[in-house]
Amino acid sequence: MKTLVELEKKINSELTTKINNSEIKHNQLYLEIDKEDIIDVTLFLKTNKDTKFRQLIDITAVDYPEQSQRFKLVYLFLSHEFNQRIIVSYNINENEIINSLTSIFPASNWMEREVFDMYGINFKDHPDLRRILTDYGFEGHPLRKDFPLTGHTEVRYSEDKKKVVNEPVKLEQNYRNFDYESPWEGTRYIKEQTDTNDKKN
Amino acid sequence: MTKKIKNLNLNFGPQHPAAHGVLRLILELDGEVVEKADPHIGLLHRGTEKLIENKTYMQAVPYFDRLDYVAPMNQEHAFALAIEKILKIEVPSRAQYIRVIFCEIGRILSHILNVTTQALDVGALTPSLWGFEERETLMTFYERASGSRLHANYFRAGGVHQDLPAGLEEDIAKFCETFPKIINDLENLLTDNRIFKQRNVDIGIVTKEDALDYSFTGVMIRGSGVPWDLRKSQPYDCYDQLDFKIPVGKNGDCYDRYLCRIEEMKESVSIIKQCLSKVEKGPIKSQDGKITPPPKKELKQSMEALIHHFKLFTEGYRVPKDEIYTAVEAPKGEFGVYLISDGSSKPYKCKIRAPGFSHLQSMDYLIKGHMLADVPAVLGSLDIVFGEVDR
Repeated sequence: MKTLVELEKKINSELTTKINNSEIKHNQLYLEIDKEDIIDVTLFLKTNKDTKFRQLIDITAVDYPEQSQRFKLVYLFLSHEFNQRIIVSYNINENEIINSLTSIFPASNWMEREVFDMYGINFKDHPDLRRILTDYGFEGHPLRKDFPLTGHTEVRYSEDKKKVVNEPVKLEQNYRNFDYESPWEGTRYIKEQTDTNDKKN
Repeated sequence: MTKKIKNLNLNFGPQHPAAHGVLRLILELDGEVVEKADPHIGLLHRGTEKLIENKTYMQAVPYFDRLDYVAPMNQEHAFALAIEKILKIEVPSRAQYIRVIFCEIGRILSHILNVTTQALDVGALTPSLWGFEERETLMTFYERASGSRLHANYFRAGGVHQDLPAGLEEDIAKFCETFPKIINDLENLLTDNRIFKQRNVDIGIVTKEDALDYSFTGVMIRGSGVPWDLRKSQPYDCYDQLDFKIPVGKNGDCYDRYLCRIEEMKESVSIIKQCLSKVEKGPIKSQDGKITPPPKKELKQSMEALIHHFKLFTEGYRVPKDEIYTAVEAPKGEFGVYLISDGSSKPYKCKIRAPGFSHLQSMDYLIKGHMLADVPAVLGSLDIVFGEVDR
């Protein structure tokens, strides 16, 4: 499709019930779908001659601990043919298992491993779901919001045992996260005040 | 009598000069032929994305230098663009040109490193000695503009940190005159070199289809004949006002990727020259006092400036709730930032899309059926830097 508006129309008419919401901003199309439909939607986007999203750019997740559906899965697609980008997302609960895209895009293999490693989300039919970025024997999922920035364990070389050992983190000074948030609006409020004063006068 | 034959497992790295960093590659060998490659990454994982979530937008910039540390400013560019798009701020023209100049310098830095170390991996020592001299010159340009050779921390949302010092533009222009000769020298050493060609031609071939499926970007996809470059197709900053060509390969092997990189360096020199001729005097960062700190001399005089300065360096500027993906054409491919802001002065989520990550994952596909000695050649042509792969 030539423009994003046309693309949005086309996708909405072809996939009618599968699209929960669509929006165009920042020159990209944002789609919200259901967890079950990811394979169908991806296949459509990849193979349809009017969309041709031949590249999967990235897969990632976002953690919203206070929401009932904790994680949002995000897929970024790119179409060279039409020079367009699409962002597909859906929400899942904490222990839900989702479908893997490895059969459609081989590139999703490591991307899904990374999501598994960082957020602890499980993928069905993934050929090789291991941790990827964290250390061998690592516990926890670092990018979850409830994982502390300083981590749980630290590593050092033990002279007694003649090997590298993991120990609970001991810090001389804890990480200090100052809350600087303030109602500071800069000069805007002054400007608004003067504006309203001007109007009154 | 029958003999039992067993495949040999070989551990390549994590400390291996041809691994270009800390890569542990477990190879399954049948004789000298590689049957399977399993890269273990993450040995340089520093939790950049987690750290960025805990810092203000301005404090997050230096982390981008430490991703692909041979072309630091290209990464900062993606982050700066993402914030600018959300905040809808205009970047002054001079700042745009300065940014493009330094991005292209970064591209040359990265390509020199890659081309010469690839030659080193297949047995040629001289190119790296010649190339690194030029890298040193380029890094002094980085130093003169930003104060440091590598970890620049120079780009800001809305422009760059400070103006170029006097004389730097002239010196970059001089470099543009002398550098093409160095590229020719490198080409004389390598392009028609029999050994270099034997080691690279028809090695690690990627077809067009596979390049798309494996999410290849940058030189990796152009080497396979797909004319795709974000500087042309989705131009950012002033790239749409510049005239440059996109070199495209034919066979998708290591040798074509080498040729693409050489040609790209020549194009980069031409881009820098055009920028230097077009750049005019003017502001180098957005004039919005809510985003950019006030000039030093105002701090002593103006109460307002002092308050702004204090608030910007403690709380930082706030970014309204939004969600955006921005990508730039980094030397290694598409470098993207997927940023979710929540209205506070810290990003809620910042996913970094590193080109090397997708390239390295195809190692198994690329190397299957090749000889053990081809592993460094293929790895070299992938242009892997572990800072960005491991993040």
